[in-house]
Amino acid sequence: MRGTPTVATPEGRTDLRSWARTHGMTPVLWMVVPGVVFMLVFFIYPLLYGVSLSFQGKGGPLSAYREFFTDGFRNDNGSRESIWITLELALAASIINVAAALPIAYRMRGLVRGKRVITAIVLVPMTLGTVFIASAMNTFLGPAGWFNRAVLVIGLVDRPVTLVGNFTGVLLSLVINGFPFAFLLMLGYGSGIDPSLEQAAAVLGASPRERFRLIALPLLLPGLTITFCLSFILGFGVFPSATLVGNDAGPTRVISKIAYTEYSNAQYATASATAVIMAVIQLAVIGLVFWGRSRLYRGSTAGGKG
Amino acid sequence: MEHADRIEEVSGPARFSELTVDGLRREFGGFTALNGLDLTIRGGEFIALLGPSGCGKSTALNLLAGLLEPTGGSIWLDGRRIDTVPPEKRGFGMVFQNYALFPHLTVTENIGFGLRMRKVDKKTRTERVRKVLDLVQLGSQADKHPGQLSGGQQQRVAIARAIVVEPQLVLMDEPLSNLDAKLRLDMRTEIRLLHQQLGLTTVYVTHDQAEALSLADRLVVMRDGVVQQIGTPSEVYEAPSNAFVASFVGYRNALDAMLTGRGVDIGGITLTVAADRELPSSGRAVAMIRPDNLVVAEPGAPGDNPVPFTVRVCEYQGATFAVEGAGQGGTVLHAQSGRPLVPGEEVVAHISPDRILVYPDPGQQAISREELRLVAGGEHH
Repeated sequence: MRGTPTVATPEGRTDLRSWARTHGMTPVLWMVVPGVVFMLVFFIYPLLYGVSLSFQGKGGPLSAYREFFTDGFRNDNGSRESIWITLELALAASIINVAAALPIAYRMRGLVRGKRVITAIVLVPMTLGTVFIASAMNTFLGPAGWFNRAVLVIGLVDRPVTLVGNFTGVLLSLVINGFPFAFLLMLGYGSGIDPSLEQAAAVLGASPRERFRLIALPLLLPGLTITFCLSFILGFGVFPSATLVGNDAGPTRVISKIAYTEYSNAQYATASATAVIMAVIQLAVIGLVFWGRSRLYRGSTAGGKG
Repeated sequence: MEHADRIEEVSGPARFSELTVDGLRREFGGFTALNGLDLTIRGGEFIALLGPSGCGKSTALNLLAGLLEPTGGSIWLDGRRIDTVPPEKRGFGMVFQNYALFPHLTVTENIGFGLRMRKVDKKTRTERVRKVLDLVQLGSQADKHPGQLSGGQQQRVAIARAIVVEPQLVLMDEPLSNLDAKLRLDMRTEIRLLHQQLGLTTVYVTHDQAEALSLADRLVVMRDGVVQQIGTPSEVYEAPSNAFVASFVGYRNALDAMLTGRGVDIGGITLTVAADRELPSSGRAVAMIRPDNLVVAEPGAPGDNPVPFTVRVCEYQGATFAVEGAGQGGTVLHAQSGRPLVPGEEVVAHISPDRILVYPDPGQQAISREELRLVAGGEHH
């Protein structure tokens, strides 16, 4: 009778241990702690802090947002317009990048030899960085650069084409920076598709176009969606090229430039509000893309044109 | 519509009378994968292409399907040349080794794909898919995706997808090699049954001699891109055309031999060969013997061609025991025994004179002894 508690204690402990083990709670779990702490300190806390800052405008909780949408920032103008400029830039760059990367990655599917060489070549522009590319663009594509001189000599145009210092300049820079990224991502997805699937479709009577539309495209679609979204996020936060090869006082006054100006003038509430607006727009676009994909996916597989 | 018409045009009636392969060749760079295949397939026939990996059998199949372009020779379907026709216009069916099911389509959509490409209207399509699903016993899996099916079920979907279009020729590329042993036997029987029910002309590629012998009406045994023998299963099994074919269809004992009159000397022992067996003219030869024809006798029992050897391994095989031993001079022997033997035991096996095949020494035919042993030991059981 008296022995019962002393027996129960070790049993209870082993029970707890085996329960923890069967539920995946092993000592290895401690290795997660640094990551969680890092996330809390450097991501979750600043995020919450920033969001709460955005509600601390001088004229009430929503005043910073109101000012943003009524172009009422003291140090900035064109804040509302900047949404459209940034959206246009990021969407145009993502569409161009994905559209250009898709056919090349599709052609290279199943390729083993030469893939590494091509990957290395494509990686070079990524390593150069935005600033280097921007200064190169200013030199080559500027009014007195070799591009304009060349087209003038050939006689294609009678006065220099403006390729930098405007929307086109920033878009070009975004494409040059983003294409290798989109291409590498698409290549990964493309080479993951078993070539025998298209062979099977061919034997079953599918023409090359039907093979692409009914087999390759639906299988590439998840990769296409991810690539588009990442490309969009990269473009939406664009800041250096908008300043260096664009004109951030007017036509390429992007939303991150607005946030930067507010921040450097110690207007933390409006700066934070701008950042929150950025995040909401990006989430909205990504949500829209995924929703569209789920619709398209069903559409292209079930029934079709039968 | 135009596309569908073109398929019909090439495929014509569901059954052709003759498909002729004439000197078909395929080179990859400097490597000759298929070196002149000549073969005539009659409508309704089941042909097996048999050989070790790298013998050119899959290349031949891909050439028939149109997935590869020949570098020489031609393919004729009832007098119409088809080797330049792209795969989508040949109207054949194909079962791939890895099944190649479309992962984003359901079982029904996978099977209906070929009909859809042929612009078959939806009602007929649904009906034909349901029929073939019943045929392969997958009616309950119709709305699943391939990833949710077991290997055997995927295999059935692949076969259903190939046969639902009622192709005039079905091509199968080692369709059973990814299945486990029991399922492979079951599916083998099912494939044979389907062929009997539907009468679809089939070309079946395999490296498994048991599969080829049990399924096919005719076998094409290949090696290094060259046809070794074409014949019915019993022709190939009973009278292999050379030592390579013999070793491939189960003649595991390949013994160095010298011709001596009406027999062969295998390192000190003379074996008598039946008078009606053909012998090489003279000199060095190789004697091929199936393990089940080299039977270990009771001690002291009389019999033809006694071969003494020392037991090394004795494996239980149900009704009999498979014995590996060392003969005189260390020659490795594969024999059969009715009773369990102990390693190290000295025994005598007998071989009937009409069960010994003698071929010219493979060295003279440019087949290495190593390769013979490799094939005999590795590719079949």
